[in-house]
Amino acid sequence: MKPQQQIETGATLLNVENVSLRFGGVKAITDVSFDIRKGEVRAIIGPNGAGKTSMLNVINGFYHPQDGRITYRGATRSKMRPHVAASQGIARTFQNVALFKGMTTLDNIMVGRTLKMRKSFFWQLFRHGPAMAEEIEHRKFVEEIIDFLEIEHIRKVPVGKLPYGLQKRVELGRALAMEPELLLLDEPMAGMNLEEKEDMCRFILDTKEQYGTTIALIEHDMGVVMDLSDRVVVLEYGIKIADGTPDEVKANQKVIDAYLGVAH
Amino acid sequence: MFYRESGQFKKTYAADMAVFPILQDRIGIAIILFVAAVIIPLFGSTFFISSVMIPFLVFSLAAMGLNIVTGYTGLISLGTGAFMGVGAFACYKLTTIFPNVNIIIWILASGFFSAAIGALFGLPSLRIKGFYLAVATLAAQFFLEWCFVRIPWLYNYSASGAIQVPQRTLFDLPITGANATPVTRYLVLLGIVVFLTWIASNILHGRIGRTFMAVRDMDIAAELMGIRLLPAKLMAFALSSFYCGVAGAVMMFLWYGGGEAADAFNIRQSFNILFMVIIGGLGSLIGCYFGAALLSAVPLILKFGFPAMGIAIGSQTAEHINHLFVGSLIIFFLIVEPHGLARLWQIMKQKLRTWPFPY
Repeated sequence: MKPQQQIETGATLLNVENVSLRFGGVKAITDVSFDIRKGEVRAIIGPNGAGKTSMLNVINGFYHPQDGRITYRGATRSKMRPHVAASQGIARTFQNVALFKGMTTLDNIMVGRTLKMRKSFFWQLFRHGPAMAEEIEHRKFVEEIIDFLEIEHIRKVPVGKLPYGLQKRVELGRALAMEPELLLLDEPMAGMNLEEKEDMCRFILDTKEQYGTTIALIEHDMGVVMDLSDRVVVLEYGIKIADGTPDEVKANQKVIDAYLGVAH
Repeated sequence: MFYRESGQFKKTYAADMAVFPILQDRIGIAIILFVAAVIIPLFGSTFFISSVMIPFLVFSLAAMGLNIVTGYTGLISLGTGAFMGVGAFACYKLTTIFPNVNIIIWILASGFFSAAIGALFGLPSLRIKGFYLAVATLAAQFFLEWCFVRIPWLYNYSASGAIQVPQRTLFDLPITGANATPVTRYLVLLGIVVFLTWIASNILHGRIGRTFMAVRDMDIAAELMGIRLLPAKLMAFALSSFYCGVAGAVMMFLWYGGGEAADAFNIRQSFNILFMVIIGGLGSLIGCYFGAALLSAVPLILKFGFPAMGIAIGSQTAEHINHLFVGSLIIFFLIVEPHGLARLWQIMKQKLRTWPFPY
């Protein structure tokens, strides 16, 4: 991997400029611009169908916007490719858990290391020497993540058998295994009980602290959003209606209208 | 009672990541290999070796090939028979053009031809999935089958259109052709199958195997983790076809000893191997052996077992019962245990670990 220049904390890591995304006649995102700074937790909120998940899909290259530009780590492009995004350090989790159901927790997280594994096909044939050394080295890293997320006991359990809360945790682990610069979390707390939510919040904050990961977060639990995030961007019907610190956003009349409705 | 892992502490990641982490498993594998390599050649009858063991090993290899693409990567292929045929013809052409090179090298090399063809027909897999991909691979089956009959160059313009396996030797011992004894053919085949199983297990336990399974389980997530789908799928097709090709080559050279390839590598063969994989267990290497054993043993039992017990049964009837049996077996497995014999084996091992306690 080519050496990447370091981006200082607080500098712009990702800049989204005037992005528009249409599916036929449906305007998913219209002319949205915002930036994500290195080291912050950036929340993207909005009512259902506001285009939040589409926005994440644009950022990591799964959707290609019709207009607009995305600048990531100083490189501007009109569209990302998923594997390029992944190799440049953008990882994500999914709204509805998208784990590899037939594989164990360990293997799932090991998949996150795929891009970091370089040993050739030839050595893979024998699973000895360099390939095995590499495998062990990455296993060590994965074990650290397993430790970090407190999922030691389910290391060898196929993830299809795990309860929902743990699946979400494994998914976070899989994303962390990529050592991401920018971590996109799509509703990490959906469908969790209070205790699980608190655990998840702790993991998100610890991730930021320990790995220095920048986090973009979609979440519907406003308490969580306001507590965790440094800055919030609000979308409604694909249009950005507010952007700022949690307090600013909370006080914004447009946001209140979007969530509570307007009396006509 | 004897199958316990208590007291076996793993002190290194290497020990934990071993294919057989439990001592009893390693002993079991050693015993199986010993029986296969020493006991059977010494004490097995000619009939047992040439009609039971050799077909079983050939089918295991073919099932392994199909399992890589269907069980591990989740892409249905109905072209197995044709890919086996490519291997058989490649081996035949290679050994007639370069007769002095050892046949074992050509058997393994023929897999590469099959791999190339397989990757070519795997190209549509990026765009289409499921049934549609099955139909696309079906096209490969029919097209290649047509080639086997219509291109006389492939069978050296012989009048019958059949492959005539020439005699080839290893250390002056004939291993193919009419003079090769079943025991030599069996041992050569066993060597190839064991070696390739080991390679397959290495690949599937490592990075590449995880890539395949990731593509199978959730291709969108795999893509966003940086796995490029097309190379991964083509690699699965190539690897699978390699195994199928070698299986086809050994089928022609070490089992049939020649014959009309178009018959041996037709669509029924493809389905037969697909059934082995389904019954044995999708996504399991040991399942390939289970499936091959069951589906190659059942016809033999019906054909020779019943007459031996004094029950007169015509060969036509045996054939029909065989069809009935295999059909009902597939339905049974799809309903009761979609993961096949391999899963039953796992459950049994789990029970053995805790026996005599229920859990």
